[in-house]
Amino acid sequence: MDINMKVNIAGVELKNPVMTASGTFGSGMEYSELTDLNALGAVVTKGVAAVPWTGNPVPRTAETPSGMLNAIGLQNPGIDTFLERDLPFLRQFDTKIIVNVCGHSVKEYCEVCERLADSDADLLEINISCPNVQQGGIAFGQQPKEAEKITREVKRVARQPVIMKLSPNVTDITEIARACEAGGADALSLINTITGMKIDVGRRTFALANRTGGLSGPAIHPVAVRMVWQTAQAVSLPLIGMGGTASWEDAAELILAGATGVAVGTATFRDPQCGQKIAEGLEQYLRDQGIGDIRDLIGAVR
Amino acid sequence: MTDKWMETAQVESCREIAPGIFDLVLRTENIAEAAKPGQFVSVYSGDSARLLPRPISVCGTDGKLLRLVFRTVGKGTAEFSRKRPGESLQVLGPLGSGYPLEAADGKQIVLTGGGIGIPPLLYAARRLRERKDAGDGPLEIRAVLGYRDGNAFLADEFAKYAKVSIASEDGSLGTKGNVINAMEAEGISPDVFFACGPAPMLRALKEKAAAEEKECWLSLEERMACGVGACLSCVCKTTAEDAHSKVNNTRVCREGPVFAAEDVII
Repeated sequence: MDINMKVNIAGVELKNPVMTASGTFGSGMEYSELTDLNALGAVVTKGVAAVPWTGNPVPRTAETPSGMLNAIGLQNPGIDTFLERDLPFLRQFDTKIIVNVCGHSVKEYCEVCERLADSDADLLEINISCPNVQQGGIAFGQQPKEAEKITREVKRVARQPVIMKLSPNVTDITEIARACEAGGADALSLINTITGMKIDVGRRTFALANRTGGLSGPAIHPVAVRMVWQTAQAVSLPLIGMGGTASWEDAAELILAGATGVAVGTATFRDPQCGQKIAEGLEQYLRDQGIGDIRDLIGAVR
Repeated sequence: MTDKWMETAQVESCREIAPGIFDLVLRTENIAEAAKPGQFVSVYSGDSARLLPRPISVCGTDGKLLRLVFRTVGKGTAEFSRKRPGESLQVLGPLGSGYPLEAADGKQIVLTGGGIGIPPLLYAARRLRERKDAGDGPLEIRAVLGYRDGNAFLADEFAKYAKVSIASEDGSLGTKGNVINAMEAEGISPDVFFACGPAPMLRALKEKAAAEEKECWLSLEERMACGVGACLSCVCKTTAEDAHSKVNNTRVCREGPVFAAEDVII
């Protein structure tokens, strides 16, 4: 039986729906030593800003039951180094490149998108949901008006299709999703991490120097499934689902809930080949279910 | 960067060599043969609820056998300590940079270890001694080891490769106090230091080495997640711009864990 694993996100065809989640995979260099990037539908890079960002003080991570907290604070080398070093590296592989863009202001986001205009990036993912930076990040992702405005501004300068990455730290995610759609977004990705805190009882202080961090890993998967499902009912844009994806079953849940693509993040830290295995597992699942096209699964659970 | 492997390693033996300190030997396919002194491995819990690997330094190798000596600090390391021959553990490695053994050629070197920072130096001691015996290594190898109490784990093994001095916090063995106290008491003043241990020890040694204008290499510890340089959890401030992010924040797991003391701000 011939199985179609290809999916289309805003006009870009991916060989399969599986991609990396921003911030967990760098620009692919480190993990390329341990897994085959060609097996992935796309690589989503760590957030790139207009200039290098230092990030937060350490400790930046803490393990929690079936999850972890992080407060990296978007340390990144900035767009110059990214264009010179990271993008040419990724272009060697037969996978789509989704560049995650971060900024402190609308102007900074737009500056990065402009610099990427003539680059090899296939899609842009706009991070309006990082819980670990003081300015920018989540500030744009919690107010519908702000989300719509930044989407509109970015769309004005972006040459590639624009994915807006949503935060789960909101009362109603569909409100923000609709605002991004109204602003002209081409796709949405969700969910970013859930804000949390861990206290080190031995040291009687915060486990993270930043005090709060973003919770990721299997612990948040049911929240992701719920929010993808809700968002799928609210907008007509393609969705990329993520949040604790660690197995093909998790990926299938997100697709059945309405996601066209699925991203694997924290699970890569436990198994560098996790994404590749999920792509293979999904194909076998289709075979076992007697379904010839993965697109028939998208949003099949209503 | 060196090759690294994700392997299901077989447990050969696991025994407690001091209270809470375990000596675990694993049979690996490639990791042991590739591992250099100062490198570490990521060890994964069998319980997926503990999803992050535990970074553990390499204490020694023997062909395909990889020796890890670690302290139990939580549920993950407690799980490893209960492993018995015939069981297996998922291991990724070898990871990170190692000690630059050639930096000690023709010189006097002191391996300075504190507590659970001692094990990686045993492997360095052995390799340095092999270089010395081959005629191109250090002139003299000494080890100054700091313990909490009289449980001087691994000290007897160091004696095969180096002249050993001991410090203990409670004074039950060697000089009462820390490794710096022991060096002062015995008038130890080498050309090069290799060190691993708690942050206050490393800070004191860095200061001493700078004051005496001695070469000093420190192995640092930081909370890690991926262990391979992708997540940027385990950074350390550097005096110069780092190659990866250009922000004077380098990755302990990849560019480190061993750094020249003057390059890092600790």
